[in-house]
Amino acid sequence: MADVLTDTAPAPEGGVASGGGKKPSVLRRERTAGLLFVLPFFATFLVFFFLPLAYAFYLSLYQEQLVGGTVFAGLDNYKQAVEDSELWTGVRRTLFYGILQVPTMLIMSLLIALALDSGNLRAEKLFRIGVFLPYAVPSVIAALMWGYLYGPDFGPFAQLADYVGQSAPRFLSETWIIPSLANVATWTYCGYNAIILYAALRGVSPELYEAAAIDGCGAFGVAWHIKIPSIAPALLLTLVFSVIGTLQLFVEPQIFQTLAPTVIGPAFTPNLYAYTSAFTNQAYGFSAAISFVLGAIIVVFSYAVITLSARRGSPS
Amino acid sequence: MTAGAPPASAELVETDGPPVKRDWRPHAERRSAPLTLLMAAALVYFFLPLFWLIVSSTKDNEALFNSFGLWFSSQFNLFSNVKEVFTFNDGVYGRWLVNTTVYAVVSAGGASILAAMAGYALAKLRFRGRNLMFAIVLGSIMVPATALTIPTYLLLSNIGLIDTPLAVILPSLVSPFGLYLMKVYAQDAVSESLLEAARIDGAGEFGIFWRIAFRQMAPGFVTVLLFTLVATWNNYFLPLVMLSDPKYYPVTVGLASWNSQANAGGGSQALFSLVVTGSLISIIPLTVAFLMLQRYWQSGLGVGGVKA
Repeated sequence: MADVLTDTAPAPEGGVASGGGKKPSVLRRERTAGLLFVLPFFATFLVFFFLPLAYAFYLSLYQEQLVGGTVFAGLDNYKQAVEDSELWTGVRRTLFYGILQVPTMLIMSLLIALALDSGNLRAEKLFRIGVFLPYAVPSVIAALMWGYLYGPDFGPFAQLADYVGQSAPRFLSETWIIPSLANVATWTYCGYNAIILYAALRGVSPELYEAAAIDGCGAFGVAWHIKIPSIAPALLLTLVFSVIGTLQLFVEPQIFQTLAPTVIGPAFTPNLYAYTSAFTNQAYGFSAAISFVLGAIIVVFSYAVITLSARRGSPS
Repeated sequence: MTAGAPPASAELVETDGPPVKRDWRPHAERRSAPLTLLMAAALVYFFLPLFWLIVSSTKDNEALFNSFGLWFSSQFNLFSNVKEVFTFNDGVYGRWLVNTTVYAVVSAGGASILAAMAGYALAKLRFRGRNLMFAIVLGSIMVPATALTIPTYLLLSNIGLIDTPLAVILPSLVSPFGLYLMKVYAQDAVSESLLEAARIDGAGEFGIFWRIAFRQMAPGFVTVLLFTLVATWNNYFLPLVMLSDPKYYPVTVGLASWNSQANAGGGSQALFSLVVTGSLISIIPLTVAFLMLQRYWQSGLGVGGVKA
């Protein structure tokens, strides 16, 4: 990710000195046009990104009270959030979910991408479309479907287990809820990540494979020694996005809440907690503080993932 | 590494290496049955819930609970279910579909155009601060949705925009990831010399963008359009927060509200088959779009992945 931040555009300013026909008037025109072209995006960005963010910070410094309305509270909301054991239980729960879900999904995605890229597959096109199809399903619908499938009485898994005289796991119970949620997200996003990795694999030069074949590398050797290292940037991208998505877990637990109200409480994930605090308890300041604490956690984790991978991935 | 060696042909591999024929080119005729079987197992996993959805939408509410979930029951109620979905609550479901379409098309179209213009400028035009701008946009991807959505709700409620379509559309116009993709795409796809030639011919900067750069960016643009379309079509959190009048709901929020009514019971048992059939209908448009626009999402995803 680091080199994205450096300027990779050709010959900045140098064009003038090298006599490439870049007159100062042309540069001035480019500058004006450049600013005009980015203006619509950045104006919207300012209004719907920076302004809400600043407002959220402002809100987080105030508390809503039953008597006396909204009063300045300094960092009290943050103190309350950091000391809130429910929040940290939610954070730990979400991390456990992430440790389970992200590697499972990405390994599956990688294997699918390698299989699609191997050229050894029959009906390759069918597979390519098939694995991507769940991405067209909104996560709300995915959660609704899996909610029915998980059903303890009428769900097909329970029916099948019943038919062979066994009992299926109680998918929506305290014990199974995290794996059950992880499965819904894996089902929805596995194919999407597989296609990103597959597209990256298509970009790897075939010459590298041929060279490896000369060196006596088998198909698995080529996958391990050449293909996977070559798509490291794409893997990192999917990893970072998955980590960010995981920590923001909201939709699936919110839908499952109606199915298992005793298992999924209002503070099940930090995002759910922020939502409930704002819209059920009208504690906007506290909700904003939770969001900022969560934001900080996300930044720390994304940064850690990027740094660790960069260190491991650097050429020896 | 032997990467510097001249491009090895298939013949070269045959004579040089072990007596195994290895051809790593894309469409080698070496089909593997075990691999195909493994992938078929994965495909069963991906298709299973969708198959269940199709099967279940042919059942009435009673059969939904009394028959085996993964096979058809004796009756075929698909058409009466569809009719029921579109007539229940004065046909509000049809409105939800229209709302979703309007929100998705307007938001995705707007977001993609903003991203394309800004991405082109950041990639091809020289001006002060553009690296900083790009870095800020990249960093913004990490901000959690709630951190923005809840204060946006409060801000919009101050100016009376809550519970209107604009409350959903306006915040969706910002797509940092779209800008990232467009910038990376424009960097490679837009020819510097064509821009120069057009400038010498006296073309205006906007004309250059529209008639030259945008054409070259078209495949990337369609990809961004497709992804922002999916993102807004599938969006749940933002409309859930912004809207309280069911007539403005998109289909995701609407179905979730039916679902919670169904689970709350109270004589609304019949809602379950509505949720199931409604879900099936709601995923058809995007599925069809994906099947038709395959080459765009496949090539476009490569841009983001390889260049990250």
